[in-house]
Parts: sequence; C-alpha cells; structure tokens
Amino acid sequence: MLAANNLAISFGGLKAVANVSLRVPPGKITALIGPNGAGKSTLFGLVSGFLKPDAGSVVLEGRDITGIKPHAVCRLGMTRTFQIVQPFAQQTVRENIAVGAHLHLAGRKAALAAAEEVAGRVGLTEQLDKLASDLTIAGRKRLELARALATRPKLILLDEVLAGLNPQEIGEMIPVLRGIRDSGVTVFMIEHVMQAVMNLAEYVWVIAQGELIAEGLPGEVTSNEQVIEAYLGHGTAARLREKGATRG
Amino acid sequence: MLDPAILFPSILNGLTTGAVYALIALGLTLIYGVLHIINFAHGAALMMALYGVYFLHEKLGLDPYVSLPIMVPAMFVAGYGLYRGVIARASHGKDENILLVTLGLSIILENAALYFWKSDTLTIETPYTLSTVNIFGAMISTPKVVAFGGALVATVILLLIIGKTNLGRAIRACAKERQGARLVGIDVDHVFAMSFGIGLACLGAAACFLLPAYYVNPQVGNGFVLIAFTIVVLGGMGSFVGALLGGFLIGIVESIGGLMLGESLGQIGIFVIFIAVLLFRPQGLFGAKA
Amino acid sequence: MRSLWLIALLVLVVALLPLFVTSGFAINFVIMVLYATLLGQAWNILGGFGGQFSFGHAVFFGTGAYAMSVLQVKFGLNAWLALPCAVVLGGLVGTGIGALSFRYGLKGSYFSLVTLAFAEVFRILANTFDFTGAGVGLQLPLKESAADLQFATKTGYLYAVLALAAISLLTAWWLKNSRYGAWLTAVRDNEDSAAALGVNAFRVKLIAISISGALMASGGAFYVQMYRYIDPHIAYGSSISVEALLAAIIGGMGTIFGPLLGAVVLHALSELTRNYIPDAPGVSLIIYGALLVLIIMFMPRGIAGLFGRKR
Repeated sequence: MLAANNLAISFGGLKAVANVSLRVPPGKITALIGPNGAGKSTLFGLVSGFLKPDAGSVVLEGRDITGIKPHAVCRLGMTRTFQIVQPFAQQTVRENIAVGAHLHLAGRKAALAAAEEVAGRVGLTEQLDKLASDLTIAGRKRLELARALATRPKLILLDEVLAGLNPQEIGEMIPVLRGIRDSGVTVFMIEHVMQAVMNLAEYVWVIAQGELIAEGLPGEVTSNEQVIEAYLGHGTAARLREKGATRG
Repeated sequence: MLDPAILFPSILNGLTTGAVYALIALGLTLIYGVLHIINFAHGAALMMALYGVYFLHEKLGLDPYVSLPIMVPAMFVAGYGLYRGVIARASHGKDENILLVTLGLSIILENAALYFWKSDTLTIETPYTLSTVNIFGAMISTPKVVAFGGALVATVILLLIIGKTNLGRAIRACAKERQGARLVGIDVDHVFAMSFGIGLACLGAAACFLLPAYYVNPQVGNGFVLIAFTIVVLGGMGSFVGALLGGFLIGIVESIGGLMLGESLGQIGIFVIFIAVLLFRPQGLFGAKA
Repeated sequence: MRSLWLIALLVLVVALLPLFVTSGFAINFVIMVLYATLLGQAWNILGGFGGQFSFGHAVFFGTGAYAMSVLQVKFGLNAWLALPCAVVLGGLVGTGIGALSFRYGLKGSYFSLVTLAFAEVFRILANTFDFTGAGVGLQLPLKESAADLQFATKTGYLYAVLALAAISLLTAWWLKNSRYGAWLTAVRDNEDSAAALGVNAFRVKLIAISISGALMASGGAFYVQMYRYIDPHIAYGSSISVEALLAAIIGGMGTIFGPLLGAVVLHALSELTRNYIPDAPGVSLIIYGALLVLIIMFMPRGIAGLFGRKR
C-alpha cells in the first residue's frame, strides 16, 4: 500500500534517515521500532509530506507522492498522528474530531455527528463536550487517534500513540487499534511499548541510527542479535547468550 | 548621473541620521534578541525620553549631552519596572500577547503625552544647534556628527556588556535557553528585566543625541517605530553590529531616496526593504536563522 | 441557531429605533457603535478566527475609502456602483498581501509588522500622487440623495451601516457554523495538525484575509460617504488599525458578538470620559490602551469570555 524507496534525509550533516526502503502491506497492523533518536518520526515526516527527502521516493497505492504537501497526502488517504500530541486546545473534543471529519463532509451538522461516532469508537464519548486542553494525556492520545480516524484514511500512521499511557490504558487501547484494522484501515505504527508491538503487529521493521537493520515477524525481530545490540548496546547479545548458556 | 557634490553630503547625512536610528534600534534588537518580544512601545518610550531631555533643558537648563548620565539610568529604571510590573505579568507565555500589551502601552504613553503637553512640536535651542562640521567639503550638522560618534560608542559598550560581564553571560544564557538558565540558578525574570532596562536605557542615550537636531511631540515615536523595526530585522534580530550597520544603510537609503524621489516618496524605500527582508531573508544580514 | 436569532433581533431593534428615538445624539451613538463593530468584525475574521494579528488593517480601510472617492470624483461613477468595486478591491489587496506573507510563512509578530509596513507604504503612495489627492486628500461633492448613497438625515446612514454590520455579523456566524470556519480555527490553533488532517492552510488563510479585507474596505467606503472627505492620514493611519483590533480584542476574539460588545464598551467609555473629563483630547485613548493591557493581562478572552462558552 505504501512504499518507501531509498529514502534519505540529513539535517546539517547528520544523516537522520539513510537509504530506508520498506513496503507497508494493506489491511494489516505493522510497526516501526527502534531506539530513541533512530529516525522513526523523521521517516514518518518524510512519508507524510512534512519533510522533503534528500533522496528516494514515496509511493502510495502506486502513486508517487514524494514531496507532496501534508494536506494533499491526507486527501489521498494517508493520515498521521503526532508523537507530541497537538490538539486544538481551545476547542472541544467534538470540534476537534469534526475537523478531521470535514475532509469528506461539507456540512457542519454532519461533521459533528460523525465526530460523535468516531469518539465512540475510541472511547471518548464521555468527553465530547470537554475542552481538549482539559483532557488527560490518555484522553489526548485518543483524541489524536480519533481526529485522524475521522478523515476516513486508508492508511493511518500512528506515532507512539501509546507513549505515556499506564498498563491499563494500554490494555484498553489495544482492542481499539485492532478494531481499526478490522474496519479496513491499514495501520502503520511507531511504538516503543513492546507489549503492544508483540500483541498487535503482524510485521515489524527495526530502524537504528537512520538505517533499517532488521525486519520480519515480531518474534523473529526481537530475538535478532543486531536488534538487541541496537537497543541494549554493543556486545549485549553475546553476554545474554553466555548467561543463557551458563544457566543451562 | 548624480552630481557627487550632492551625492556625497547626502550619503554623509544618511550615515549620521542612520546613526541615530541605530541607537534606537540597538535597544530594540537587544530586547528582541533576548526576550524574543517585539517591543511596540519602543517608539513611545523614545518619545518620553525626548520629553525628558526637553524638560531637563527647559526647567533645569541642562545641556542634552550633560543629561546623558541622568537619562540613561532613568530610562533603565523605567524599563526594568515596566517589564517586571506589566509586561512579565501579561505575557501568559504567548508572543502575541506581549505584542498587544506593548501596543497598549504605546497608546497609553502617546495619549498621556498628548494630554499633558498638548500636540505642540517642541524644540530646544543650544549653542551648537545650528553649527556644522566640514567633512571633505560637505557641511554636516554638528549634533548629527556627535550622534554618529555616540552610536559607535554605544555599540561598543553594549558589545562589552554582553560579551565580557557576568550579566552579559547570563543574558546570553537566558536568550538561548530559558529553562536551562533557570535550572542553573539564573533569575531569569530579573535578567529579562535588566535586558529590557538596558534596551530602554539606549533610548535615553538616543534621546540626548537626537533632540538637539530634531524635535519632540507626542507622535514622534510613531515615525521611528517602523524604521527601528526595519533596522532590527535587516541587521538580524539580536545583532548589535547588525543594528549599527543596518542603521547606516537605512539612513543612506532614506537620504538618497529623498534625493531622488522627494521627501514623501523617499521613505517608501525603507518599508519596501522591510517587507522584502521579512519575506525573503527574515534572519537579516547578520542574524542566525531563527 | 441562537446566535442567528440574536443577530436578527439586533437588526430589528436598530431598524425600528428611529421610530422611537429622536435624539440625534443617540442615533449617532448607535451609528458609531455599528461602524466600530464592522471594523472590529473585519479584523476579527483574520485575527480572532484566523489567529493572524494584523496591525495594519487600515491598509484595507484606506483602499476602500480611496476607491470609493476616486471612482466618484475622478470617474464620475455612481456611489452604488463604486461600493462593490471598493469592496472587491479591498478583498484583492487582502489576497495580495496574504499571498506574499503566507507564501513565505510569515506568522505571529512578523506578520503583524509586515501589515504595518504595507499600511505605511500605501499611506506614502496616497500622499504622493495627485490621483488620490496627495496630501490634501479628496472631497466628495454634497449630493444628499439616496441614489448617490448620501443621506440628508442620519437615519439613512444608520440603515447603511446597519446593513454592513449585519453582514459582518452573519459572516462571523457563518465561520462558527461552516466547514471553512472549522478549517480556519484549526489552522489558528495548530497549523501542523490541521495540515495532517487535510486542511490547506495557505488557501484557508488567504480566503480569510480576503474576506477580512473586503469587509474592512466596506467600512472605509461607508466612512467616505458619511464624512465626504478622505486623506492619507485618515485612510491609512494607525488609529484605524488600532480601533479595529481594540474592539475585537476587548470584546472577545473569535466570537460572533465580541466586536459588538467591544464597540459598545469603547464608545460608552468615550462618551463618559467626554462628559467627566472635558477638553481632554486623547483621554479616552489612554483608557483604551489601559483597557487593552488589562484585558490581555486578566481577561484574554475578552468580555465575551465572561459569558462562558456561549458566543
């Protein structure tokens, strides 16, 4: 559904993303993981039009969208959320979500009604008339998700939508995310919360220091030595193996 | 094309006028560079300083240059108080709010001046008001030449303060990283207030240099506000040298513009430059990219 | 819906006013308030709803005023025909300034400064060319006939400004209840998020500044018809720019009735000071400035903010 081909971008000499290629399959939940600063959000930015790549291309459903502005990318069916939530603070939850709904609905009443419906799907019904600035972090994350959903995307890019949530809140969100996939939306997520990745992702890419170092099923990838080293440091894989060996 | 005999004095005049503009812009660029606020009250503050110099001359017989050691500290105190008392309280952290608050202050100051001193245009008479200095054949008014020197001295002093003193170090820290500065124990509000105070103190100096060659009325600040902003933006927000050179450049543009297009239309060059810089090179000639 | 009824009620009350009130002073007061509402609402469209604070809104006012004058005086066009021209021209100036400013990503204070610079440029141009009467300005010949959009009595002007103010209020209502308005406030509150949700921020802002410019120009056109005189200082001077933003901010930015509330408060204060502190030009302005500072400090949502979220 979405293909990134040899994407690269540098910021003042630092290669934030270097030669990354991946293909996001339609209809599934897939994940992009990697240590902090690896370039995950940068990749999202490249793919969604917020950043212009120095090299490479982005293809959405067969159409080259490299360098197209974010609002145009959204209209083509790919919507992203932000790692640091950016709600329309002085507007209510309903009004926030309605902005997303307006992508396809011209009427105000229709958009507000659609907002209610989407809020129901993510569990925000109780908060519809609250100001976005009055929500908890969990609420704001749901709002971010709801707004993106309201645009009826074919592919949704979730940037750490579970970050900052406690285990119970995460537990509540996992079925929501599954529900989104089941309704026909392709989900591509950046996540740090391994519990979610293992539970939800049907395919995983691992990025470290701007480069793709591994990809595959969640189980394969997490036992990949290179991946372990990227997260835990050089030589960890060997040490862990030794530990495992001495334990017998 | 243009007769050098006319062009040369025009450029010199532009330089000296520009020096006064630079003095006004120096304070503004400090305030912007450190506090990241656009001080809309700068023109009104200059106007008040000019009235200050005027009354010191009329009531106490003090020569404007002699008033320097009075005006500069007075304006500093006013600036410090204004920041701590009003501006800091009103910001709520948003840039636009400060813009509006300083606009409000400028309205208050301008109309207070109108109420107290009516709209008469006032000038002072000093022994050197009409004297001129001969520079390679061009006759330039003495007060303006003194102003030129004053601007250079002020720039050097500011550079020394910012570069060599503890306060300057603190100012630089707060300008770069507000939270970090707090964490290492710098009283950020105090530093900001000091910066604002220094910015207004520059206006005190500017007024002393300006009045002998100019005039004062309640609206005088308005004319300088946009020009000062143009210089600050042109020179690069936060750069003293940039403000100085920008001042000279604008002064020359205005002078030559006036020569070629007439008094009224001549000023247009300044604002066209302003718009162009804002659109195409907002970091100015010397500033860092925001 | 409630707001729509309120607007209708307002229009009705003012329309019937001349039947019950004969005091010229009262009629004039209402005219001034409605005029200030128009200017404030024009600013509000771009500033309150759009989040782009213009400090040079006079650039649109002056364009409308001069268009109205020049078309009548130099080209002999009928006032009723000149009016739409003035409005459209104001809108186009808005589009032009917006296209330049937003294309280059000007925001916040920089945008405010650039609008101020444009107002100054226009002022200098108007002051230079004979076409606009240069420093002397332009005077409209006295015609006192409705066919020429001049009225023998104040009542005529009351209805004229009522119509314009009503249009501005309806525009604000439309912003509160339309897709475009939702897009505009989204861009105001967070441009990146809005873009991620499919909103074309550039186009949205461009439309806002065009509408704002057109409304403001209609204010300039009205001014010229009522006072029959315009010069560069009145047209493009900062007092008009300030008047527009004062009404909107004090009354409540981004609300339908904010500019109206602000206009009422400002003019009421003006009358009170004139009564209690006579012979003091500019005192009301001192109070305005203080009010602006106080509102920003303590009540940033303006007077409308006191009414909770009902706007």
